[in-house]
Amino acid sequence: MRRTSVAMLVVVILAFTGACGKKQPPVARPTTPPPATTGAAGTTATRPPAPPEPVPEPTTIPADPTVTSGDLASRSIDEINDPKQTPFQPVFFALDREEIDGQGQAALQNNAQILKQYASWVVTIEGHCDERGTPEYNLALGERRALAARDYLVSLGIAPDRLKTVSYGNEFPFDPAHTEEAYSKNRRAHFVVTAK
Amino acid sequence: MMYVKRSSAIVLLVTAIGGLAVAGQQQTPPPSQQQREYEATLTGKPGQPPRLAVPTFLAITSDAETQAAARTIAEVLHNDFDFELEFALVERNALGGIPVSANAADNQWDRWRETGADALVVGTVEKTGTGAKVSVYLFRVDGGRQVFAKEYTSTSGRTPGIDARFFAHTIADEIHLAQRGLQGVARTKLTFSSNRDGERTATTYAQRNAQEIYVSDYDGANQRRVTVNRNLNITPSWAPDAQAIAYTSFVAGYMDIRISWIYKGILKLPAKGSYANQNSLPVFSSDGTRLAFSSNRDGNTEIYVMNVDGSGVRRLTNHRAIDTTPTWSPSGTHIAFVSERGGNPNIWRIDAQGLEQPVKLTHESWVDRPTWSPPPLNEIAYTSRTGGAGFDIKVLDVASGRIRAITTGEGSNESPAFSPTGRHIAFTTTRWGKTQIAVIGRNGGIARQITRNGENKFPNWSRR
Repeated sequence: MRRTSVAMLVVVILAFTGACGKKQPPVARPTTPPPATTGAAGTTATRPPAPPEPVPEPTTIPADPTVTSGDLASRSIDEINDPKQTPFQPVFFALDREEIDGQGQAALQNNAQILKQYASWVVTIEGHCDERGTPEYNLALGERRALAARDYLVSLGIAPDRLKTVSYGNEFPFDPAHTEEAYSKNRRAHFVVTAK
Repeated sequence: MMYVKRSSAIVLLVTAIGGLAVAGQQQTPPPSQQQREYEATLTGKPGQPPRLAVPTFLAITSDAETQAAARTIAEVLHNDFDFELEFALVERNALGGIPVSANAADNQWDRWRETGADALVVGTVEKTGTGAKVSVYLFRVDGGRQVFAKEYTSTSGRTPGIDARFFAHTIADEIHLAQRGLQGVARTKLTFSSNRDGERTATTYAQRNAQEIYVSDYDGANQRRVTVNRNLNITPSWAPDAQAIAYTSFVAGYMDIRISWIYKGILKLPAKGSYANQNSLPVFSSDGTRLAFSSNRDGNTEIYVMNVDGSGVRRLTNHRAIDTTPTWSPSGTHIAFVSERGGNPNIWRIDAQGLEQPVKLTHESWVDRPTWSPPPLNEIAYTSRTGGAGFDIKVLDVASGRIRAITTGEGSNESPAFSPTGRHIAFTTTRWGKTQIAVIGRNGGIARQITRNGENKFPNWSRR
């Protein structure tokens, strides 16, 4: 009985220490700090200068692009709305139609992601038409296009009060040419940030 | 906002000269005088309207400005007559060299007869201390009998040159009324929107041309800007008293109706718009008390009516299709509008209370901007898609259902507006290149170009 007890105790202790050895997180040990780097790590330059480096090889490679998560947020509204660099994608429409096709839905999903990322942004969705309709009716048609885009974004979870709409009919063509190609560019729902 | 100066502030004192058979002193002569007027009415050769010769007026004061005004008044008067086609005209360049006198006996009637004229218009212009004095005489060429004579005095304090066109328009309207029983339109005005100034919209995120509201004389002279907000200002519509213009403006970011009393500098926003309540395409009722307009306030573009102060809003249509671009019937009992219910945009009619079922009036592939005529006509001018990409102006006679084409494929022709007599239609056309305002007869014919600078759209013609 006694031998048994001692043996069991040994087993228990072994088991315990074994279990602890597995589950215990690695102990943090003091390590030598990394060498000072200028910039992102946030370390200050209080430590003594590092010993002289060996002479660098005379080859250079392009520096990595500087990408920070605050990139869009730091841009001005005018910069965001600049047609050359706007992150929003327009939705294009068929002649005299306001239905959003698969390509348009993909564009709106992209735009919804941006709006979720920048939760303070308010956008105005502009409805535009080509010149082949009449200017009076096109005010209403452009409105339908803007509202269709808005409704789709609401269905993707964007708060309605962040989505204003306005129709410019055919008064502000993106391409002033009188060609099919121009017309197809001008039938659109266009996104502009109006508050951020 | 900037407002145009009130050109009609010039007061013309009209006095009949001599013992004439025309009713000069009273605006609305009693029937007995009408009869006497008729006795002094000119007649043309059989089957033809009377032919007038309108030589340059005589400058009584010999300064250069008065002489220029004497020429301008005759030219404008000639064109005013030519516009209405109530008189035939002798070309002005065929009149050179024939002496003119305000004294009938001094005129060489043989020579005037050779020009083919039935009557001679003689005028004199004189600079006065308070403005100018213009006298006009109308003589029958056969026998030299005087059938019209009036004196017009401006007290504006302005020199004759400034008021010359207004003198001419006043004379044209009075001779048309006295001789042809026609309420002329020479003193009426057009309004339209224009991007001629090349200004960009105030917002910087896109390069876009602002459109501002303009007014001009009915013949395109004196084009003046009314709005200066550097945004989109479109679809202007005159109040019946010609003192105010209602229009669609985007200056707040959304579409809303503004009314500008252009001679007083008063601006009102009766529809109290917002992004959720956008209002457009206002048109005054003929009594000036109400506006019909389009609004998306209930989620879809529908037709509404409200009082000019914004009270008493009444919704007339209720359909998931687009209902837009309203126009009042001559008596104000009905409204025609464009609806895409039934597929294509066409003209429908509803009573102004919104109680009856709408009635479809056109059956075309794309129709817009119905504009109901003034009374006693009962016609609707509208934009109609033609075979290609363009549009033409057509007129529907509401009672008979007959449709006549006003333009026939010269450029794209849109946005018609009747003159106050219904004898002419203003519209936009691309036949000269960029979109411009033109005026054409109610049965078509030759279009006169009204605008030339920039692009000009959405014409509307004052009722007086």
